[in-house]
Amino acid sequence: MSLDAAMMRATAPAILPGSGGLRGALSDLFWRKPKVLLLLMLLPPVLWLGIVYIGSLFALLAQSFFSIDEFSGLINREFTLKTYGDLFQAANLDIILRTVTMAALVTLASAVIAFPIAYYAARYARGRWKALFYLGIMLPLWSSYLVKIYAWKLILAKEGILTWLLAKLHLLWVLDAWLSLPIVGGNSLSVSFTGTFIVFVYVWLPFMILPVQAALERVPGNLVEASSDLGASPGQTFRNVLFPLALPGIVAGSIFTFSLTLGDYIIPQIIGTSRLFIGQAVYSQQGTAGNIPLAAAFTVVPVVIMGFYLWGAKRMGAFDAL
Amino acid sequence: MTSAVSFQKASRHFGSVRAVDAVDLDIVPGEFFAMLGPSGSGKTTCLRLIAGFEQPTSGSISIFGERAEGVPPYRRNVNTVFQDYALFPHLNVLDNVAYGLMVKGVGKAQRHKAAEEALSLVRLPGYGARRPGQLSGGQRQRVALARALVNQPKVLLLDEPLGALDLKLRENMQEELKSLQKALGITFVFVTHDQGEALSMADRVAVFNDGKIMQVGTPEDIYQQPKTRFVADFVGSSNVLPPDFVQRYSGQHRWGSLRPESIRVGRAASAGTSGEGVSARLVSTNYLGATTKLALDADGLRLHAIVPAGTALPGAGEAVVLTFNREHLHLMDEPA
Repeated sequence: MSLDAAMMRATAPAILPGSGGLRGALSDLFWRKPKVLLLLMLLPPVLWLGIVYIGSLFALLAQSFFSIDEFSGLINREFTLKTYGDLFQAANLDIILRTVTMAALVTLASAVIAFPIAYYAARYARGRWKALFYLGIMLPLWSSYLVKIYAWKLILAKEGILTWLLAKLHLLWVLDAWLSLPIVGGNSLSVSFTGTFIVFVYVWLPFMILPVQAALERVPGNLVEASSDLGASPGQTFRNVLFPLALPGIVAGSIFTFSLTLGDYIIPQIIGTSRLFIGQAVYSQQGTAGNIPLAAAFTVVPVVIMGFYLWGAKRMGAFDAL
Repeated sequence: MTSAVSFQKASRHFGSVRAVDAVDLDIVPGEFFAMLGPSGSGKTTCLRLIAGFEQPTSGSISIFGERAEGVPPYRRNVNTVFQDYALFPHLNVLDNVAYGLMVKGVGKAQRHKAAEEALSLVRLPGYGARRPGQLSGGQRQRVALARALVNQPKVLLLDEPLGALDLKLRENMQEELKSLQKALGITFVFVTHDQGEALSMADRVAVFNDGKIMQVGTPEDIYQQPKTRFVADFVGSSNVLPPDFVQRYSGQHRWGSLRPESIRVGRAASAGTSGEGVSARLVSTNYLGATTKLALDADGLRLHAIVPAGTALPGAGEAVVLTFNREHLHLMDEPA
């Protein structure tokens, strides 16, 4: 047996012959020139992103520098900043401010709700509980966005389950007091900004939880122990160790929640007041109003805001721990 | 005198696993105490019990006479040097060292001054502005030490702090740690699985196995008079001799141990001259630099001998005769 093995070893070649054929030649080529393989793999997505995605984005940007002829409703294809000037009309500025405020609040609330969940998942959940965590976070993403929003409309309606539950708990007065407040209140939750806010937070929450969880997962447990060992109370450990190290994850999550809220036009249309958000403004300007340049200019607003947001986050050192 | 750390029947069980099982232990203030044992023997759990990361499931622990059960780590005046240092990656070296003072509310100028001093103490002056990621393993280890020492703890816990360093650095750090401990007079509790490290550094050593302390004593005690087979085998790979073998030389039917350096190896004289000594066969030789380690087979009993380098040696497979001084044969407490 071992003699056979020794014989085999003695007669075996040190260099194996090529496998031949096209596949063999390709394998050898890719091994010798890894960049060829990289190029082949990246070419289709780069073409897609470069032409279809970035290209249309630039077409959009170009549109925003055109203007509309107010009499004929035709688009005047000459460079002008007039459309951007229109953005600063009181009504349009109102839309922008409303949307940005909503996006900021949704982001803040998502971060506050997501952190404990992500912390539990990253530091305590193991095995089956971890699987359950992922399932619980992902499951809402599997069902249609519209179905979820209409479900929320029913939940938040005056005849809905939330009102019923609060009535049973004799807490209806809390809801009524809240709804009687200006701006955030309304006839019922489903036609108030509060309702819009709740649904936004619900829909985008997974996009905050997952990056925060990933960031916390990378924080070694012994850093928390070290902090405690050096005399830091749990609150101090959170402020000085956990939060700074989770910040890249929170920023990554907030990019999702913030930009998705900035651009969404379906949620505020179904749940909330009749006041417009940026997404709805784009929708109506390019549709019924036929004012493509103004719609394009509105679209540029979230892009610019996100640019400033990322720049600010970088300045704050949010990406230092990456 | 109150002990620096005292365990009274302290246990830490994880479900059915008895990580630490009814341990009694007293560590004297100002001593360099080593906890030695293989992985999973409970030595690190003992350290974590002192630090407060674990709470005893039964028994009690006191630190300088004060009961420590139920006291969180941040209220114990005890600091730890972690095995992988656990430096905060988002803070520079100075802020890492000053962290303990920062959370206690010491002003910035004052804590930075103290941190600079601690960095000088570990011979890393001027490294404050760097990030932990820019340091070598040995430097990180020193920063971790400075970060613990700056708080002037009553007890300093070291969890295999030298494990990740290469041999040369480890030897340097061993000497440095020892002289630092002498200079500062702080009680050091040092966890290691390296018996050489424990013997060379500690004033006293506790040998752990299966969640229990097998023996506590000075390095000389532990090395020369092991009480059990485990201690003899783990501390310096003594030859463990079965009762029947021991009886032939000492008259007592007990387990015995014989240090490898106590065995003399001679060539088997011409056949027939049976006298003193154990006849054996040389299995292999292992060159260790200053010494050579021999593996021997004495009629089925595997023995090791260490001889000075340069000794003329028989070839592998040849018959040899082993002799040793009878007083070097140590009888262990463990019953046969």
